[in-house]
Amino acid sequence: MEGDIGNMGQYIGAGLACIGMGGAGIGVGHVAGNFLSGALRNPAAAQEQTATLFIGIAFAEALGIFSFLVALLLLFAV
Amino acid sequence: MRETALAAEKSTDGGFNIDPMYQFEIKNWIPIDLGFVDLSFTNSAFFAFLAVGLVCLFLWTAMSGSSLVPSRMQSMAEGLYEFVRNMVRDSCGEAGLKYFPYIFTLFLFILGCNLLGMVPYSFTVTSHFAVTVFLALSVFITVTVIGFMRHGVGFLGLFWPMDAPGFMRPILAVIEVISYFVRPVSHSIRLGANMMAGHAVLKVFGGFVAALGVFGVIPIAAIVGVTALEFLVAVIQAYVFAILTCVYLHDALHMH
Repeated sequence: MEGDIGNMGQYIGAGLACIGMGGAGIGVGHVAGNFLSGALRNPAAAQEQTATLFIGIAFAEALGIFSFLVALLLLFAV
Repeated sequence: MRETALAAEKSTDGGFNIDPMYQFEIKNWIPIDLGFVDLSFTNSAFFAFLAVGLVCLFLWTAMSGSSLVPSRMQSMAEGLYEFVRNMVRDSCGEAGLKYFPYIFTLFLFILGCNLLGMVPYSFTVTSHFAVTVFLALSVFITVTVIGFMRHGVGFLGLFWPMDAPGFMRPILAVIEVISYFVRPVSHSIRLGANMMAGHAVLKVFGGFVAALGVFGVIPIAAIVGVTALEFLVAVIQAYVFAILTCVYLHDALHMH
């Protein structure tokens, strides 16, 4: 009985941790959408800002990956 | 490794291990124990050497022709070189080009390790935090030492915000110091967690294929899609690591 409750706690924790990825999705979409609207207004300047786009996407995505990492750690490494 | 509930359910197949974390296990191939330090040749060390070897082999054979009108391989090597050189020059200016070999090495090593991990049954060196933390720490220490060498003790002026009103400056300085020391943490975790998460997802879907029998074609389609995404993530994470190194270098060379 004790082991089962421990495992249940792991699963519930992992499921809760996945909620954090919603924020990452919104963040990445926000960055990419802003880049798109800016690029459609000024296509000539868009080419040199692709580096900034990728940096922005990586920063926003990293937090989602951190929450996925927590979920994986709870499931398999605790 | 402690058997988790998931592993207990599924590790009953003869030979195949469906535990998604099994792929990250470090296997000791040639134990070399010197008493005070463990220099064992593990699968991680093998794939790291393999990545370095393949990158060196590619660059040497590509540039061995060295014709004015480049061959295909030479174009690829020159394209890589120019890509990283432009990245360094755009971020750090001409003063940063002195550190171009370091950033080129970092970029190609991480790219090589990430792409090598896409080969089935291989091992992704950069999926272990031990590796990425050392890469990020080396960047952090390098950049800090460069900053102190260039500006002396004035490098600490990086943390003193000049654009803020007077009374807020001490608070902002504390925040700036904290965010400076968090840099290697986020730098390393970004690369390591991206690699680990991608491969773990692939293995979880693989477990679904084995469990679903005939309907296993649906997870296979998902695996194809996720593998394509993983290739993209492998390249992008190497690029992001390199360009963030350039950004930190820029902060150290020209303080704001």
